Amino acid sequence: MTAVETKSQIQPDLTPRKRKSLLPEIITVAALALVFIFLAPALLNLMGQGSRVNQLGRFLALAIAALGIDLIWGYTGMLSLGHGIFFALGGYALAMHLQLQLPAGQIPDFFNLYGVTELPLFWQPFYSLPFTVAAIFIIPTVVAAILGYLVFRNRIRGVYFSILTQAALIVFFNFFNGQQKLINGTNGLKTDTAQFFGALVSDPRNQTVFFVLSVVFLALGYAFCRWLTSGRLGRLLVAIRDDEPRVRFSGYDPTWYKVFVFAVSAGLAGIAGALYTVQSGIITPKAMDIAFSIEMVIWVAVGGRATLVGAALGALIVNFAKTLLSEQYPEFWLFFQGALFLLVVTVLPSGFLGLLSAENVLWLRSRLGLPPKLSTYPSLEEDLEVQHERKNPRN
Amino acid sequence: MSEKILEIENLTVSFDGFKAINNLNFSMNAGELRVVIGPNGAGKTTFMDVITGKTKPTTGQVTFKGKNLRPYAEHQIARMGIGRKFQTPRVYQKLTPRENLELSCAASKNVFASLLGRPAAGERRTIAGLLETIGLVPKADILAELLSHGEKQRLEIGMLVAQSPDLLLVDEPVAGLTDEETENVGSLLLALAESHSIMVIEHDMEFVRQIARKVTVLHQGTVLCEGTMDEIQNDPKVIEVYLGTEETEHVE
Repeated sequence: MTAVETKSQIQPDLTPRKRKSLLPEIITVAALALVFIFLAPALLNLMGQGSRVNQLGRFLALAIAALGIDLIWGYTGMLSLGHGIFFALGGYALAMHLQLQLPAGQIPDFFNLYGVTELPLFWQPFYSLPFTVAAIFIIPTVVAAILGYLVFRNRIRGVYFSILTQAALIVFFNFFNGQQKLINGTNGLKTDTAQFFGALVSDPRNQTVFFVLSVVFLALGYAFCRWLTSGRLGRLLVAIRDDEPRVRFSGYDPTWYKVFVFAVSAGLAGIAGALYTVQSGIITPKAMDIAFSIEMVIWVAVGGRATLVGAALGALIVNFAKTLLSEQYPEFWLFFQGALFLLVVTVLPSGFLGLLSAENVLWLRSRLGLPPKLSTYPSLEEDLEVQHERKNPRN
Repeated sequence: MSEKILEIENLTVSFDGFKAINNLNFSMNAGELRVVIGPNGAGKTTFMDVITGKTKPTTGQVTFKGKNLRPYAEHQIARMGIGRKFQTPRVYQKLTPRENLELSCAASKNVFASLLGRPAAGERRTIAGLLETIGLVPKADILAELLSHGEKQRLEIGMLVAQSPDLLLVDEPVAGLTDEETENVGSLLLALAESHSIMVIEHDMEFVRQIARKVTVLHQGTVLCEGTMDEIQNDPKVIEVYLGTEETEHVE
């Protein structure tokens, strides 16, 4: 019996893996986005918690960065501790544009402090809004692609990759922190007093626009990441995570896949940085704090890796916990964050979304007195041969 | 006379002065099924590493279909038509068998094809046929980590075939299998040998006897002798370094 004969003798099962209809998911995401845009601010205002709207907007922006972390860490297994770079690059790009909203001939105030009279050359293109909008995600993407290519081509992986990203973060931090004459160094760039479409950036009307944009970009970012991870590329990312050398012997070059996904996640971080900056009113080199980049990883770990929803949820949960706790007990938050991380690592290795696993659902059903979803005795139900025959009665 | 698919000349691989492969010469005809045996540390796995590009030769060269393989990286060599199965089955645990095969089978393996391409109908048919051949149809859509050891071995052979290579390198395909499974894998390999060149590294002499036509014995990084199973078994050098020690163990 040859392989060729075997193939022709059988009637192969041609149905590919059942593609779940995307419609319910699209509707859910769209509905959630509408709730966030129309209901959440109104509700918070009604409860006398108007200031929370701004917080929610900022945290939604952070959730966009969390999606990117999930792409590279949850799916591809690359733990980046340097995403603050890309977050800050996006933030600075938009802040520079806003700083330049001045009468002709003037340059931003802070330059006078350092005796600079002429606008540095690299500021010039940021007069243009279209350029700025593109720069917000293209600059981080390109920086990440170059950095990624150099690292991945040399097959630097695992903990060495993490250390390298952290080292890069320190380099960028020191550069931004030290260059007063170029970008106001440690003081950062303020955005809330700048003009934007005829009003202050901190004006409620503008803030509402940024809030809506955060929701929209989170929804779009989620859809984009879902699309990336649902096809063959997504499966290859998982394969790279689990056994990168094996992927090479299957004929794939992991370098380009890793460069691609690292660049995409940097672009998401850039968008997040820009939206966060305009809602918090300032961007400083503190966005490239080592602790902040590690926090991004914690959001994803808390929410649940390789789930995307978990990443966004984790960013919201951790940040609201942080705000509420620091209001009640200042100085207490760091202990809590440490405890939360320990708890997740030891008890919930797959994050909060891991709680929704099949076993837990079964356990919950039994607690609630509902019958488990089995119609005969378990060994038959769990037998895949039996299930297959049931699904294909004519075979 | 068929042409040579693989030729290895004066190959030496040394790791910090230790010669894992020492001045080895080897060649294989297209369409041949060759078994390579040798005691532990004979350099069998290094031998495969060199052919697949994981290790670069210190001196000497490997020629596949008339091309020197030295300048190529692993994935390029894989695309040229050399497929490799590892000693312990290495399948992608968090993917299903069908997805595992899809990844191996894909015609174009660059980033954008993976992102935008959909598996062609022909590809899907090949995969469905392969699933049948390796007996994993009912388990095609569960995670591969849930498969038994034997099923993973079969899946990995399936992944190898899905790559449609000209030369298959198979490292200990029956390690840890039951007698029945061993025989299944044996007939699977014999079936594949009709349309592929195959090199098998194996320890299990019973299995070697089942499939072998021509056997190469490696010892201390070099070819000790080559011939049919009978010739090998009666060669005094081989008995001394390899089979002999096993026989005395049996006697005791």
